[in-house]
Amino acid sequence: MKFVKTVVIVLSACLVSSFSFAAGGGGYVKDFDFSFEGPFGAYDQTQLQRGLKVYTEVCSSCHGLKYVPLRTLADKDGLGYSDDQVRAYAEYYEIFDPELDDYRAAVPADHFPAVVDAGAPDLSLMAKARAGFHGPYGTGISQLVNGMGGPEYIASLLTGYTGEEKEEYGSIFYENTAYPGKWIAMAPPLYGEDVDYDDGHANDIYSEAQDVAAFLMWAAEPKMMARKHSGFVGVLFLVLLSVLLYFSNKRLWAPIKKESISS
Amino acid sequence: MSGIPHDHYEPKTKGEKWLNSRLPIVGLLYDTIMIPTPKNLNWMWIWGIVLTFCLALQIITGIVLAMHYTPHVDMAFASVEHIMRNVNGGHMIRYLHSNGASLFFIAVYAHIFRGLYYGSYKAPREITWIIGMLIYLLMMGTAFMGYVLPWGQMSFWGATVITGLFGAIPFIGEPIQTLLLGGPAVDNATLNRFFSLHYLFPFMIAGLVIVHIWAFHTTGNNNPTGVEVRRTSKAEAEKDTVSFWPYFVIKDLFALAVLLAVFFAIVGFMPNYLGHPDNYIEANPLATPAHIVPEWYFLPFYAILRAFTAEVWVVQFASFVTGGIIDAKFFGVLAMFGAIIVMALAPWLDTSSVRSARYRPMLKWWFGILVLDFFALMWLGAMPAEEPYATLSLIASAYWFGYFLVILPLLGIIEKPDSQPTSIEEDFKKKQLKKAHKADDYFSKPEATPAE
Repeated sequence: MKFVKTVVIVLSACLVSSFSFAAGGGGYVKDFDFSFEGPFGAYDQTQLQRGLKVYTEVCSSCHGLKYVPLRTLADKDGLGYSDDQVRAYAEYYEIFDPELDDYRAAVPADHFPAVVDAGAPDLSLMAKARAGFHGPYGTGISQLVNGMGGPEYIASLLTGYTGEEKEEYGSIFYENTAYPGKWIAMAPPLYGEDVDYDDGHANDIYSEAQDVAAFLMWAAEPKMMARKHSGFVGVLFLVLLSVLLYFSNKRLWAPIKKESISS
Repeated sequence: MSGIPHDHYEPKTKGEKWLNSRLPIVGLLYDTIMIPTPKNLNWMWIWGIVLTFCLALQIITGIVLAMHYTPHVDMAFASVEHIMRNVNGGHMIRYLHSNGASLFFIAVYAHIFRGLYYGSYKAPREITWIIGMLIYLLMMGTAFMGYVLPWGQMSFWGATVITGLFGAIPFIGEPIQTLLLGGPAVDNATLNRFFSLHYLFPFMIAGLVIVHIWAFHTTGNNNPTGVEVRRTSKAEAEKDTVSFWPYFVIKDLFALAVLLAVFFAIVGFMPNYLGHPDNYIEANPLATPAHIVPEWYFLPFYAILRAFTAEVWVVQFASFVTGGIIDAKFFGVLAMFGAIIVMALAPWLDTSSVRSARYRPMLKWWFGILVLDFFALMWLGAMPAEEPYATLSLIASAYWFGYFLVILPLLGIIEKPDSQPTSIEEDFKKKQLKKAHKADDYFSKPEATPAE
């Protein structure tokens, strides 16, 4: 009897859980296309630069990037700014220097400042600290096919506001289709046309959200291009080595196998 | 070293003789590498080399990481980011190390299940098996403490949960937990001792690996038939075996290269696939993550730990009999460690006189279910602790224990084994003939295009 009950529970759970994922509200992550997806995908330099502009003009008022050194904005496979441009950009930030015991303009050797006043989380690793894709049923196949979905989650979150608000314990929460709990404390940061891009790219909310998500992916994983390159070289080398070893092994064993048949 | 008759090292030159009379190290290495190895080993015998490689990989990458890592609660997380961003090649070294742990565990599970299927644990290889189990336990300890070092959210909360298990031991649990943590809760003292032990354990593993190899070099390798190498004369032994170098070294290196190609693809293209995103959030004792999930390689045993809740009658019975000393939490801990202990006791629980499951028609099926059961437990370990997963975990855990405690002892009595080959030579010949016939059939196929 218990066995029958269990079988019924399992079957019904399989049916019910597929609904509950849809009906729970929130957690909807759109699979945006990013240039850096897949084994050969690369960061789009102009997109990262646009994303930096969105971060600087919108996000940075509440969120810091404390693990990201400003000098890395000059990385060739990242934003690719010149040293002069990085120096000029760094001056935009004021940081506290414990040696001077005073604030001074940032230099490329400094990190982006941490912003703690607004109580908002640091964004340095946000694109790796969030997973947009799960399942199905805990198998991990979705992540395998679509990737972990960090930048997709960020872009979905930024474009997922429905406009509904509610007040709870004196705080205002905003309805968001991507946020797991559905109600998020962050007010909608982007409305479209918040930033004027220098390259004249469209600045609707979807473009802005994807640009800043791509930038945050770079901020979290600045060595992604170097890593994929190493991975590719490693795989290529090992496949060649495997082929050589396969034939060496075959040849090595041939007399032993031949002898065993003739004996 | 082994009891199989074979040629030993003879120093020839004056220099060799000089060294050999003072330290017979060349002879030791020669005998180790030239050990007569059954000809018929299949592809499941590659994992030993893979595991040795993994240990070396983890030690080398780990030593480099330790040069740049700071074991302090305020700096550990930032120092890992320093490795990822500023250290030359640091991102690759760290990803190789973190994914290397997964490769290590894939290999060790394949190695263990190989042993279970082909009866490698049976006499006279019990010591090899027990040492292997000790290595596996040390690996789990090392991996667990290594996961704490980046000081992310999962590091912190995983450490809290797992050290909490020791607190469940009656009477002495709390002092043990305090000793492990170096204080009342997971903090800087915990991080420091975990770092120290994470550095120590791999060298203990390396020592045990040497003993593991020593033990099976004394008994000789098992093989897919489970039939022993003939030792009556050197000529007969030579018909059953080939030397480890070069035949199995090259074969194993080929397998290793194939596995590493896949490994490098994961490290290069999806290095965070097997990790948990929450570990990129710095540890925060004030914010508990929604789901605390261990790394994938702990999931089967984590599922067993969670399966025995206070609602299970066995737990209630144990609690009643011991007057409440064994509560549900402690029972879970006992079950988790018990799951590994019953596996370690397999040499004495298995009553069959036949080693290899190849000639055990019933065991084959039960073993197949055990493998499925292992994956089911792995999946259940990642699921939330609610129905139906709780009941399923209980069933899967029961099968794990049932396999070792009931099925293995019983099958030896009720099962009628198939006939085994008389020698490894015969088995090897049969396999080669079969392959040759297959090739003949393939090439001599008449042209099968019907005239239409």
